[in-house]
Amino acid sequence: MEIKVLGPGCAKCVKAEKLVKEVLEETGLDASVEKVTDMMQIASYGVFGTPSVIVDGEVKCTGKVPKKEDVIAWITK
Amino acid sequence: MKNRSNIRLVRKNESALMLNFFMGAAGVVLWWMIYRQLPELSKWLTYGLLQIGKGSHLGESIEFFLYDTPKVMMLLFLVVFGVGVIRSFFTPEKTRAFLSGKSEFAGNIFAALLGIITPFCSCSAVPLFIGFVTAGVPLGVTFSFLIAAPMVNEIAVGLLYGLLGWKVAALYMGTGLFIAIAAGWVIGRLKLENHIEDWVTQANMAAAEMEEEKLTWNDRFIYGWDAVKEIIGRVWIYVILGIAVGAGIHGFVPEGMMASIMGKGTWWSVPLSVVIGVPMYSNAAGIIPVVEALLGKGASLGSVLAFMMSVIALSLPEMVILRKVLKPRLIAVFVCVVACGILFVGYLFNMVLYDGSDILFSNITTLYNKLLGLLSSF
Repeated sequence: MEIKVLGPGCAKCVKAEKLVKEVLEETGLDASVEKVTDMMQIASYGVFGTPSVIVDGEVKCTGKVPKKEDVIAWITK
Repeated sequence: MKNRSNIRLVRKNESALMLNFFMGAAGVVLWWMIYRQLPELSKWLTYGLLQIGKGSHLGESIEFFLYDTPKVMMLLFLVVFGVGVIRSFFTPEKTRAFLSGKSEFAGNIFAALLGIITPFCSCSAVPLFIGFVTAGVPLGVTFSFLIAAPMVNEIAVGLLYGLLGWKVAALYMGTGLFIAIAAGWVIGRLKLENHIEDWVTQANMAAAEMEEEKLTWNDRFIYGWDAVKEIIGRVWIYVILGIAVGAGIHGFVPEGMMASIMGKGTWWSVPLSVVIGVPMYSNAAGIIPVVEALLGKGASLGSVLAFMMSVIALSLPEMVILRKVLKPRLIAVFVCVVACGILFVGYLFNMVLYDGSDILFSNITTLYNKLLGLLSSF
């Protein structure tokens, strides 16, 4: 599984990345997490807000730090 | 089986909603009772408990601080929660879809209005900008949105209403909207589309496909509550600092001194306010207690509004962020147009309110009362 966290590096974006890593550690699932900070790349995903979380190319949430339950649901499905 | 458990779930949600509603109502009553006691409480704390001389500079400052801190915090709490709930109805995606078919002038107006309530954090300004421009929202309309968002800060409106009354709040909101609409329109007329960085126009992106979330009222209340935790957690330190500065001004700056620096008669007070305001990076919540104290010391409303708007709307970090998508000339135009708007507002208020501030206000009051009468007759 491939997870991308999009965000230029504000407090919320850092929080989102931390949350995703936390969930991975707790569930023991194997997935790569990549933080995307480049604006051009962020724009190419078609999101209007950061932080955004993308799981296997699918945009899961934009413009907010997701809830923990949601992250668990995305990656255990 | 599944149906029945669904029904049970709905019932459970309904009772949770009722419970939240009653707790909320009780909370509001309690809030109001404490809020009304604040002037007495701050006096008692300053002069009774701390035994500071009545009428002394220190006493005035401490009373201001002890009164304003809980007051601003309580107001913030209520305003941020309310705004959070309202914002749960709007998303940047919906706003873009709405704006992309609009003609220019109407588009500027809608964009400015939507800029106030659409939630997005300042570091999302760039993806948002790209999203709008590539969807065919005209550049000027996009700017109306981007200017209104920080300029007319809904938290500032709420705080101004609580601290300085509805007239100042309405003036602030009205003029802020005017600047956002006019500045966006001017930028649109100037045809600066080729001053957007090239990669932006080549991006040609479509909005990401996502299922739209269906929110219940319970979800919206949670959204409001999250906004309270997030925003107050972030701004409280600015608020305390702002109130401390305000308290210092209130207690130690002599009456009328501000009249000579930020007064109505001095022509340079408005541009000076803007020049001082731009490098100061504070947020609305922190700057308003300072504004309150400045007004109390004889500063004029026009200069103070200009100061506040330039602090909030023209910040250096924002320019740095926007540089990623705009070429320097467009940034310069953006700053100039917005600064001109702020100067205009500053001079307008200093002029209109020169010796007959109450004339304007009483006219507005009459109009307001007439409107109320009209509404109640239905």
